[in-house]
Amino acid sequence: MSTNMLEIRDLHAEVGGREILRGLDLKLRAGEVHAIMGPNGSGKSTLAQVLAGRDTYGVTGGTVLYQGEDLLPLSPEDRARAGVFLAFQYPVEIPGVSNNYFLRASLNAIRKYQGQEELDAVDFLALVQKKMKLLHMDDALMKRAVNEGFSGGEKKRNEIFQMAVLEPKLAILDETDSGLDIDALKTVAAGVNALRSPDRAILLVTHYQRLLTYIVPDRVHVLAQGRIVKSGGKELALELESKGYQWLEADQAAVC
Amino acid sequence: MLALKDSTTGVFASYMARFSGLDPRNAWLHALRQQSFDRFSEMGFPHHKQEGWRQTNITAIAQSVFEPRSAPPPAQLVPRLRSMDLPGVDWSPTALRLVFINGSFAPGLSALDLPPGCRISPLAPLLASEDAAVVAHAEYADEREQAFVALNTAFLADGALIEIPDGVELTAPISILYLTTGSKEEKGISHPRTIILAGRASAVSVVETVAGFAGDVYLSNSVTSIDAGDDARVEYVRLQQDSQAAFHVSKLRTRQGRNSHVVAHNIALGGGLVRNNVHSILDGEGAECTLNGLYALDAKQHVDNSTILDHAQPLCTSREYYKGVLDGQSVGVFNGRIIVRQDAQHTDAIQSNKNLLLSGSAATISSQPQLEIYADDVRCTHGATVGQLDAEALFYLRSRGLGLDESRKLLIYAFAADVLGRVQVPGLREALEGVLWQKWAE
Repeated sequence: MSTNMLEIRDLHAEVGGREILRGLDLKLRAGEVHAIMGPNGSGKSTLAQVLAGRDTYGVTGGTVLYQGEDLLPLSPEDRARAGVFLAFQYPVEIPGVSNNYFLRASLNAIRKYQGQEELDAVDFLALVQKKMKLLHMDDALMKRAVNEGFSGGEKKRNEIFQMAVLEPKLAILDETDSGLDIDALKTVAAGVNALRSPDRAILLVTHYQRLLTYIVPDRVHVLAQGRIVKSGGKELALELESKGYQWLEADQAAVC
Repeated sequence: MLALKDSTTGVFASYMARFSGLDPRNAWLHALRQQSFDRFSEMGFPHHKQEGWRQTNITAIAQSVFEPRSAPPPAQLVPRLRSMDLPGVDWSPTALRLVFINGSFAPGLSALDLPPGCRISPLAPLLASEDAAVVAHAEYADEREQAFVALNTAFLADGALIEIPDGVELTAPISILYLTTGSKEEKGISHPRTIILAGRASAVSVVETVAGFAGDVYLSNSVTSIDAGDDARVEYVRLQQDSQAAFHVSKLRTRQGRNSHVVAHNIALGGGLVRNNVHSILDGEGAECTLNGLYALDAKQHVDNSTILDHAQPLCTSREYYKGVLDGQSVGVFNGRIIVRQDAQHTDAIQSNKNLLLSGSAATISSQPQLEIYADDVRCTHGATVGQLDAEALFYLRSRGLGLDESRKLLIYAFAADVLGRVQVPGLREALEGVLWQKWAE
């Protein structure tokens, strides 16, 4: 049995004094793809942001082990350098900084941390061109400012492209399907599928089942009111799609 | 206002003694200086309760004795100059370069391989020979309102003339360096004067650097005038790299003919107390003027940019983009006045002043647009913003492995990037980026 890439135990997190995560448990092994589904406000994005180290959320209880080590004391940059990657729901536009500069600085920060040699401009370009093909991206994009003037779909594709270049061990994809038309969704999904690997774990955070048609998960978890209320195989996603989230919330209310 | 001649302080006695020591033999020059000195004496230094000076208190200038210092011997000066990071000065032997130390031309440090027909010259010999172009431009019509300009003219002795004949396009940029020295005990002064005359359909780029050695105390009081003929294209870069203990007052006046283009960059990196006055007159139909400014301040720096864009003729376009990055306890002041004269129909003017206050700093910024529109068919817009680094962007960069300091630096740099991006002089933008990168790395 492979080791746990991510192990979350009884995680509690709040923002502005309001508790969002209320005792969340989750285990993800290397090589697995898990999906977390849930209605709006269930805490999906909070989980993604907490794992990436966003300081607007306060962790009030529980533990998060990444490759067996405590993840929570690490700064966002050290998490990234250690192999954690968050594909943002709303990628940020950064006018004045080119994709090329940003991504190379990012890759080299990670490589340096992991004791690898930094890539020079030539080697970096070769790597980038290879990965761009994966996402059907245009070379001109590298010269443009990070996400500036990108359409919603381009931004999401750029996130997965960054993931392809940075090759994280744990990737968290926050609503990567939102705002994508069907063609863009297929491209992004193909990119993610190409990045599935025995030594990488992927956590898909999504509201809709649609993405899971193209990226088939090993496990599906349902998040409601800050904790996992149901887990199952890929068929659980279809069940949610037909029944909605209401029945689960009703179950929860009955249990409480 | 306090008329200086009525004051009994040593300050006026010092200016008076120095003025009396000027060589009176050139009757024209002497009369010009005398008239300006009289105006300066009458007006005195502007008071901070006076309109236009409320946010900038120059008492420290008005109450200090500044006297010109002799230039350090070349054996000391040259290595120190070479070790300074002056992106605007091209030291290569083939460059067009004028260097002034404490107000006087330094031929040994300069290089003037003149392109045919162009005049690039120190002013001193032209003042002596009463050169027609210099005589025509030495006096300032608006001196009456400007004590510092009057002071500059009263001590007019040297500076730079750049005259490009009609139709000549000079591709190589001309660099000018005005370096002033002085100490706390012996404060220095210089009155740099630059006259740029661009003939009809000519093109020229001038990079003027005003600088001093770290820690030096002095007043640099410079005046630059640009006259762009019809269809001329002028790019002028003013790089202010004074010592943080120095005082700096400058005046830039531009006048433009029909369909001419002037881009005037104002990059303020140094100086303790700085006031930059810009007055751009769009004086021919179809003229275009861009004022592009950046002030990057820290510690206790105080930088005041007061600009006037004067639309005097129809169909002119002006763009004013000033950005500030403020750290420490620095103070920024921006006053942007746009005047649209009655005849200036179809004026198209955009003004923008954006400021970034770095977190944890006690810096302040005052930004004030002032629109005076006397024509009825015009487009004038203005906007001012004050903000801090975007927390979302900071987290985004960090989530990709960039450290906190590097992420901050990258965002500050990105904020200023569009201002630097407008600099067209070959290689200068990159060199400036290097200087700013260093500054923000601290």
